[in-house]
Amino acid sequence: MIKQLRKQDVIFLLLSLVIFAVFQFLMSERILTSFWRLNVTVICLNIILASSLNLINGVTGQFSLGHAGFMAIGAYVSAVCTMFFHLPFICSILAGAAAAGVLGFCIGTPTLRLQGDYLAIATLGMGEIIRICILNIPQVGGASGMSGIPTETTFPWLFGCMIVTLFVLKNIINSNQGRACLSVRENAIAAEAMGINTTAFKVFAFTVASMFAGLAGALFSHYFGIAHPSSFTFMRSFDIMTMVVLGGLGSLSGSIVGAVLLTFIAAAMQSYPEYRMIVYALLLIILMLYRPNGIFGDKELASVILSKWKKGGENDGTTAENK
Amino acid sequence: MLELKDINVYYGAIHALKGINLSVEEGQIVSLIGANGAGKTTTLRTISGLLRSKTGGITFFDEPLHKKNAEYIVCKGISHCPEGRRIFANMTVSENLEMGAFTRKDKKEIAATLKMVYEHFPRLKERISQMAGTLSGGEQQMLAMGRALMSRPKLLLLDEPSMGLAPILVKEIFNIIKEIHDMGTTVLLVEQNARMALSISDYAYVLETGTISLQGEARTLAESEDVKKAYLGG
Repeated sequence: MIKQLRKQDVIFLLLSLVIFAVFQFLMSERILTSFWRLNVTVICLNIILASSLNLINGVTGQFSLGHAGFMAIGAYVSAVCTMFFHLPFICSILAGAAAAGVLGFCIGTPTLRLQGDYLAIATLGMGEIIRICILNIPQVGGASGMSGIPTETTFPWLFGCMIVTLFVLKNIINSNQGRACLSVRENAIAAEAMGINTTAFKVFAFTVASMFAGLAGALFSHYFGIAHPSSFTFMRSFDIMTMVVLGGLGSLSGSIVGAVLLTFIAAAMQSYPEYRMIVYALLLIILMLYRPNGIFGDKELASVILSKWKKGGENDGTTAENK
Repeated sequence: MLELKDINVYYGAIHALKGINLSVEEGQIVSLIGANGAGKTTTLRTISGLLRSKTGGITFFDEPLHKKNAEYIVCKGISHCPEGRRIFANMTVSENLEMGAFTRKDKKEIAATLKMVYEHFPRLKERISQMAGTLSGGEQQMLAMGRALMSRPKLLLLDEPSMGLAPILVKEIFNIIKEIHDMGTTVLLVEQNARMALSISDYAYVLETGTISLQGEARTLAESEDVKKAYLGG
C-alpha cells in the first residue's frame, strides 16, 4: 500500500507539473487574456482556501465560518513585513502564514469546545472581529486599506504554494493525525474513549487550516498590491464554505473542483454581480436535492477512478485507502 | 486492581452518583446492574476519564487515575466500549479497529492484536473492508468490542453490550465476553439484562438512583429475593 501511495504521489506531482507548464506557457505567451490570467490566479488562491477549510469542516467535522479572518491576518502581516520591515517576499509570506496559524491556535483553543451551530457563530464573529480590528488600525490604512504592496506573487509562486498546500493536506489526511481527525467527525465520544484527545486534534486541524488561509492571504495581497478590509468580509468565508460543500466535505479533489467551478461561475457572472449569490444559493439547493454529499462525497478522484478501473465495488475498501 | 472510593458525579445541578465505592479484582467479571438512570453508564464514563468526580478517588493498580485524561487512562490499560456502540460509521471495519490501537505505536504488536480480534470475531474478518455503518446491529457491537480490545486492555469496560440485539445474538455476545475473560482480561460489565450478566459474573453491584444498594457474589445476588423481584421478573 505504501508503495502505491508513493507511486500516486509521483503521478500527482508529474500531472501538476504538466498543468503548470501548460498554464505557464499560456500566460507567458499572453495567449490567455488578462481577464483569464486573473481568474487562473483566483482559482489557485481559492483552491488553497477551500482545501484548507476542508480540513476543519470536512475532515474534522467542525463547522467554521471564519476563514476570511485568517486570510486577512496573512494578507496584512505579510504586507507589513514587506513594506515596513523590507523583508524578502518568501519571509513575509511565511510570517503571514505563521501569524495566522498562531492566531488560529489561540482562537481555536477556547472556541473548539463549542459544537455545531455555536462553533459556526463563534467563528463567524471572530472573523468579523479580526476585520473590524484591522479597520481601526490607522498604521495599516484603516478603512482605505493598504496599497503599494510590492506585487511579487507570480504564477509559479502561486502554483507552487497551491501544490505544497495540497500535498501537505493530503499527507495529513492520510496520516495517523488525519485518521484521528476523521474519528472526531465520526463520533467524538468514541474517539475520546479510544484515547484520542479530541480537543487537541480539533485545535491541530484548525491551526493548520488557518496557517494555509494566512498563506493564501499573503499571496493575495502581494498579487493585487493592495489589502483592503472589505476583501475579507464574512461573504468570503461563505464563498469558501460553498466551494467545500459543493465539492464534498472531506474530499480534497472535491474542494479543487468546487473552487474551480465557483470561480468560473463568479467570473461568468461578473457583469451581473447582484445575481451571483442567487446562483450560488440555487446551486447549493440543487446539490442538496440530488447529491447531498457534494460532488465527490468524501471520496477522492483517484479512488473513484481506481474502483471503476477494478470493476465494481468489490475492492472499494482497499482503493479508498490508496487515495 | 481497580478501586473507586466515594465517587460523586454531577451533571450540572443533578447529583448522578452519590458516593459510589466499588472495586474490581484482577481476573474477575464484575457486573453493574440497575434500572435506567441509576448511574451505570456514568460510573463507567467516570472510570475512563470522560467525566470527573467531584470528590473521592479512583486507583488502578494503586495508581490514582481520577485527575488524568482519557488518553492516559487508555494507555494505562483501561479500555471503554461505549454505550450504543458508537462505531465510526464512515470508516471501514479495519480502519475502525486500527483507531482502537491509536495509543499504541508498535506496528507488529498491533498486527498481532488485530489477528487476535479477528479470531474472536470471525464475522468482522468477512467484512474487513465494508463501511462500518452498513453492518448489522450485532456486528456493530462486535466491532465496538473488537475496537476496545485493540488497545490491549487489562480491564475492559463494557457498556450495555446486549442493547437492542436479538436473544440469539445476546447469547453470542456473552459467549465472546467469556472468551475475552478467559484470555486474561478483567471485565467490568454494565447491563440491563441482569439475568445474563449475573450468570457470567463473579461479583455484582446493584445501582439504584446513584447509590449502590446491594452487592455480593453474582450467584448469591441472583438468588436474593430483592434482586429477583426488581430485576429478574419474579
